[in-house]
Amino acid sequence: MARKILTVAVLAALAVLPPVFYLTGNAFYLDLATRLVILGIAAVSLNLILGFGGMISFGHAAFVGLGAYAVGIPAYHWLYYTAGDWAVSGLAQIPIAVAVTALFALLTGLICLRTRGVYFIMITMAFAQMVYYLIVSIEEYGGDDGLVIDTRSQLPFLDLDDPLQLYGLAYVSLLVAMGLVAMIVKSRFGMVIQGAKGNDERMRTLGFNTYAYRLTAYVISGAMCGYAGALLGNFTTFISPEMMDWTRSGELMFMVILGGAGTVLGPVLGATVFIVLEEVLSSITIHWHLPFGLMLIAVVLFVRGGLMGLFAVLFGGRK
Amino acid sequence: MDLTLFTIQLLNGLQLGLLLFLVASGLTLVFGILDFVNLAHASLYMLGAFICASFTLWLGNFVWGVLLALPVTALVGLVVERVVARPLYARDHLDQVLATFGLILVIDTAAQLIWGPAGIAVPLPDWLEGQVQIGAVTLPSFRLLIIGAGLMAAAGLFWLVNYTRLGMLIRAGASNRTMVSALGIDIQSLFALVFALGATLAGLAGMLIAPITEASIGMGNSVIITAFVVIIVGGIGSMKGAFIAALMIGLIDTLGRSFLDDIFKLVMSTEAAETSAPAISAMLIYIIMAAVLAFKPSGLFPPKVR
Repeated sequence: MARKILTVAVLAALAVLPPVFYLTGNAFYLDLATRLVILGIAAVSLNLILGFGGMISFGHAAFVGLGAYAVGIPAYHWLYYTAGDWAVSGLAQIPIAVAVTALFALLTGLICLRTRGVYFIMITMAFAQMVYYLIVSIEEYGGDDGLVIDTRSQLPFLDLDDPLQLYGLAYVSLLVAMGLVAMIVKSRFGMVIQGAKGNDERMRTLGFNTYAYRLTAYVISGAMCGYAGALLGNFTTFISPEMMDWTRSGELMFMVILGGAGTVLGPVLGATVFIVLEEVLSSITIHWHLPFGLMLIAVVLFVRGGLMGLFAVLFGGRK
Repeated sequence: MDLTLFTIQLLNGLQLGLLLFLVASGLTLVFGILDFVNLAHASLYMLGAFICASFTLWLGNFVWGVLLALPVTALVGLVVERVVARPLYARDHLDQVLATFGLILVIDTAAQLIWGPAGIAVPLPDWLEGQVQIGAVTLPSFRLLIIGAGLMAAAGLFWLVNYTRLGMLIRAGASNRTMVSALGIDIQSLFALVFALGATLAGLAGMLIAPITEASIGMGNSVIITAFVVIIVGGIGSMKGAFIAALMIGLIDTLGRSFLDDIFKLVMSTEAAETSAPAISAMLIYIIMAAVLAFKPSGLFPPKVR
């Protein structure tokens, strides 16, 4: 019960506060919230496999980057689709982002999921590095310097150039992502994934092809993260390989752990605290990485179960 | 293909491989024995470079700089082990990855506060600045020194691990920790020692590369990933695997960057070769790693089952 109240409170705050700030002349806070919500979607997608499936992907930033480039590259080539009077490039870009990342997840997942433990952590990172270096070496799309997206995705009924509408899309997407994960986790499929996390051998003995289940979860997670990347590209209108640096993957992992892995709200909470802290600390000192890193270590050492775990200790409400 | 250029690149690849081995050997030791994933291992590589730079500038002599920096780096390693690593031994790998990721941020920023944001160039003594003529190939003598020092460190490590009492304990600890401590060995001191040894080796690699690249913030961040590729390909915990994989990765990376376009030109148009070669060569080591893991999910030389 307490957990439900917290979820509603956090989501309500995210729905109300940023637009209010924006309308009262603090556009900056809406920007912050948009980034937060988009990264929240990425963290939710990572949590599906990391928190519920026990697959520690250290390469999720690659999906974010691929999703963003799936928006940027068609825009760079001026491929704007029109349907009747509508300009609807987004209806091509966003499905491309999802399809490309799903395919990438499928191909890499086939290999990654053969490995376990640290090998899995490191091979997911290796694939992310491959994408990173691939993009760096394509000079046509800016290489190291990145690519400016001149025109945001055009969607029917939505104008992404309007910060409020962009935020609205991101926010609704976050709700859908959370709902999707909650649904998956409760389903038979989700039970198998969680069972495989606990004891893979037992699940296989029970007759489940856990490899296929885990691969499916990995693809869903990758595609969801690619969608977040497409939003991020539309938000920043500047994309660069730096988005897929391995430290970015580390940050996504931290958001999940900070908030509480294996909970539906946790990653969103983690992303919120992460982005706000980053903002506050970096406004105080340029050496903000120092307190930030210390905090990261402290969270890992002392806060088991992340913020959701802390909340459960304080208010009860553990499932 | 130009034979002189090939020889030079071969030696460059060897040099990279040996430096990688110095970093990777510590990583694989710490992982194999302590079951601890240390992302911040390369921060010690960076600290080694900076500490050596400071001593070199203070004493005016690179060799003294290295000799003084080695024990200091080992000391830093001991402190890191005591403060951050030890509480994490019992945790899962995810916690270790995250905490040591935080440690990278801390050490990088601390180094920036101490030494400033700019890199520090490390001057070499005259006798190392020169060139050596071997047959038709002219080589900077310092690069030869790196290769020599790397080979010596590797040989020393093999001797230590295979022929000393400490090495025996290390190997025993790698195959069965609980049994070693049950036999009355102070496992905590052994762990601390192994950690410090790894730190010193990584620091040495940083010191050796500093005169070429200068000591700079974040210099470890690209090395750590490559070092992980090495120990994953070699099989985590295997010293032999780390050595072979380090040389392999070093050579493939260096030779790939210089000659891949020539090789591609044999089978495709010049234009296609020149556009695809840089991309492929940058990804080469990761492609190799993926290929190895696709067929041998525990690396080339998986350590014996615990």
